Amino acid sequence: MASIDQQAKGGKQGDVRYLTPLDIDTKKEAKYCRFKKKGIKYIDYKDADFLMYLVNEQGKILPRRLTGTSLKYQRKVSIAIKRARHLALMPYVGDLLK
Amino acid sequence: MNHYETVFILNPVLSDVQVKETVQKFEDYLVSKGAKMIHKEDWGLKKLAYPIQKKKSGFYHLFEFNLEGVNLAAFELEFRRDDSVMRYLTVRLDKHAAAWAEKRKERVKSTKN
Repeated sequence: MASIDQQAKGGKQGDVRYLTPLDIDTKKEAKYCRFKKKGIKYIDYKDADFLMYLVNEQGKILPRRLTGTSLKYQRKVSIAIKRARHLALMPYVGDLLK
Repeated sequence: MNHYETVFILNPVLSDVQVKETVQKFEDYLVSKGAKMIHKEDWGLKKLAYPIQKKKSGFYHLFEFNLEGVNLAAFELEFRRDDSVMRYLTVRLDKHAAAWAEKRKERVKSTKN
């Protein structure tokens, strides 16, 4: 990948820049919703080990834009995590959970 | 009749006999309210993710039952009255949840044998 400076110049000196699109590496494979793909209909709040995949290391719920979960299941995920927290199966706040 | 599932946490300072008595007490209460017990599970003494009432562990128990919705508030009141219950959560199971619970029971059975 050419450096951004080079691309910005585009081989020409001048005020107009970025005429050629920047080739920034992006992920090729599309995100997908793991619940839709695997046909999981119910997200169990009792299964804390699984729900741990959906929180960050402070115990915060990961956003949809990172996990790829569809909105329908993200709502269920958030309810399940909150239930698990109430029953002390998962922490409300944590540090270095992973 | 609705399909419910309750998880509750009992105080870890109770002796085994006391735990059994308490669980039995809640079960008897449910049955007296016309509930049909479907499943019981004992998860044993588990570590809590964070301290509750300055305790770091608790006895987890799970009930699955059918009960008329009007009687549920009275059942939960029993939990609140009892000091040995640290936390409880009752959830109504929809059809997907019921299917999952069914699968889970089979798995628990197969791991026990």
